[in-house]
Amino acid sequence: MESDIGWWGVLIAVIGGAIRVSTPFLFVSLGETITEKAGRINLGLEGTLVFGAMIGYGTAVLLSEAWVANALAADPTVRVDVRMYESAAWIGVLVAGVAGSIFGVVHGILCSFKRVNDIALGIALMLLGTGLAFYFGKPFIQPVAPDLPAIPLGNWSDVPQIQAALRVNVLFLIGIALAFVLWWALRNTRLGLIVRVVGDNADAARALGYNVNLVRTLATGAGGVFAGIGGAYLSLYYPGSWNEGISSGQGLMAVALVIFARWNPIGCFYAALLFGGAGALGPALQSVGVTQGTYLFNAAPYLLTLGIMILTSSRSRALAGAPGELSITR
Amino acid sequence: MPLKLTPSRRDFLRTGAAVGAMGAMAPLASKVAFAQTPLVVGFIYVGPRDDYGYNQAHAEAAALLKELPDITIVEEENVPETVAVQRSMESMINLDGASLMFPTSFGYFDPHMLAMAARYPDVQFRHCGGLWQEGVHPANTGSYFGYIGMGQYLNGVIAGHMSRTKRIGFVAAKPIPQVLLNVNSFALGARSVDPSIQCQVIFTGEWSMAVREAEATNALIDQRADVITMHVDGPKVVVETAAGRGAYVCGYHANQSPLAPELYLTGAEWNWVEVYRTFVAAAQAGEPLPNFVRGGLAEGFVKMSPYGPAVTEAAIANAEAVKAEILAGGYSVIKGPLADNTGVERVPAGTAYVETAIELESMDYLVEGVLGSTS
Repeated sequence: MESDIGWWGVLIAVIGGAIRVSTPFLFVSLGETITEKAGRINLGLEGTLVFGAMIGYGTAVLLSEAWVANALAADPTVRVDVRMYESAAWIGVLVAGVAGSIFGVVHGILCSFKRVNDIALGIALMLLGTGLAFYFGKPFIQPVAPDLPAIPLGNWSDVPQIQAALRVNVLFLIGIALAFVLWWALRNTRLGLIVRVVGDNADAARALGYNVNLVRTLATGAGGVFAGIGGAYLSLYYPGSWNEGISSGQGLMAVALVIFARWNPIGCFYAALLFGGAGALGPALQSVGVTQGTYLFNAAPYLLTLGIMILTSSRSRALAGAPGELSITR
Repeated sequence: MPLKLTPSRRDFLRTGAAVGAMGAMAPLASKVAFAQTPLVVGFIYVGPRDDYGYNQAHAEAAALLKELPDITIVEEENVPETVAVQRSMESMINLDGASLMFPTSFGYFDPHMLAMAARYPDVQFRHCGGLWQEGVHPANTGSYFGYIGMGQYLNGVIAGHMSRTKRIGFVAAKPIPQVLLNVNSFALGARSVDPSIQCQVIFTGEWSMAVREAEATNALIDQRADVITMHVDGPKVVVETAAGRGAYVCGYHANQSPLAPELYLTGAEWNWVEVYRTFVAAAQAGEPLPNFVRGGLAEGFVKMSPYGPAVTEAAIANAEAVKAEILAGGYSVIKGPLADNTGVERVPAGTAYVETAIELESMDYLVEGVLGSTS
């Protein structure tokens, strides 16, 4: 029997929410960091996120259904269920990453032409991504797909709420590891240096003999991979099904979050946790009886975005850490 | 050959056949050759047609209508409750020739559908759930709805038997009268079994908001709720999240038992096809369409999902007994003395509202035993 936890529930819900909800923010913002470090902004990641969610879910549904059919054809008495085939979900993540890379590379190549505005193109790709996802996603709204596995890190506690909050998805852990790896790699590796040179001063990079457009295209493609995987997390783990309202602007918020994190991958991790926790605040406060200002608390992630934008825009000091070639800072 | 400015029907058919023979415009030819102009009916949904919920219930009925003779169904999904729905209606009326419109979402009614009804007096508009009033609203508009609150009451009776923590949860979209009636009915159903049961409600603020619905479900279960039901457009996320945490689920809108075969108890489902058939038959016969259509379990507008494997014999016996009373007619869920959850008396002793009572369609309070607030 679950015990009465009252106000502790808010804290547990915010921590649990931070873990559950933050992963897509983390992946999209890490991807956008790579892209922006190379000197371009890809606003299309919202579309990539939604398309990744759709194609990841669709792949998992089709694969697991096919495997169930195979198993039944071999032995009609066997008890099988699509939920048993976790590997189908992992293949879904992979396919979502590949699809994301295609969106990223398309953005990268088109932006390589003269006088193509990366922000306008990003908005176009965002609409294209969501439109394609809605179009191809129709048959996948109803079927059930296998979920990605979670690691129960809360089993030390006998409070079921804590156990539930600390069920951590593998992708979340991969995301943390990637944040640290990226932070290190951007500073300490040759590849990281190339990306930063291209993003800070294209002329210097050309003088050094680097192909600026190629580096930026690859960086945008890598950003697309991250966003596609973030989408697969949405549909294959939490909330764990494909529908057309699944993203509700998380991809766009994640792009804003990169600025908040000052283009620092570890900053992205903290910012993603903050946004995830903010998303859990509204429902958690209602559950303990704070019902005044429900709409305000539900809007917490959006208010946070707005607040951050206001706080980080200053006339007197430049954006510390901003890549020099970024069209918004140039 | 003299030039004829107004071609006869026969000329028209011949031309059409000739064009058809050319093969270029075969679809037009077959349309012209049709003896009777089909009735064009427009359906507008706020979300996707296959959301396991509200929109699917309407779309399934629309699909059954397509089998009727002399009818064309035009549909548009994902239309927001903004001026966008006015554009959708105008395009269906002007481009597709729709003469009967079913805008199905709550927020379409006022001002959007009323504005269109004033502009197109020859088109009939029937809205799902709006509170149509004679004299106030145009004669070419109307509304239909089902008394699904009774279904949520039966959900509550089952939940009352199955809850061990004496705490049940409700994930609600917006605090509008129909949602509040469902919350109150669910709570009263459970409290008819055990008056110590409390029902906690969380409003998400949107008809469809997957992540927040999942968070709300988790928050309810964190606060000990062990039976969850909902009133959102697509219950799939709530059902799967609740079942993932091991809580029982009572469904809504459609049958969600395939999503949680072991933990699904029962559910309140819509059955719209009879309603739509009545409107279409009247329109095809040229008769005036009814303006205000309501029905419940007895009329077949609403039905219950089959009981899940976990439901106990005692719970089924209790629910079936209540259902028999509802089907017999005159049953009231909202009856005095009834206080709201701030202690204010809302229904005096001796007053009882049957499901048809118009007072229930302006409900703005949560009854005693519900944890939550409408603002």
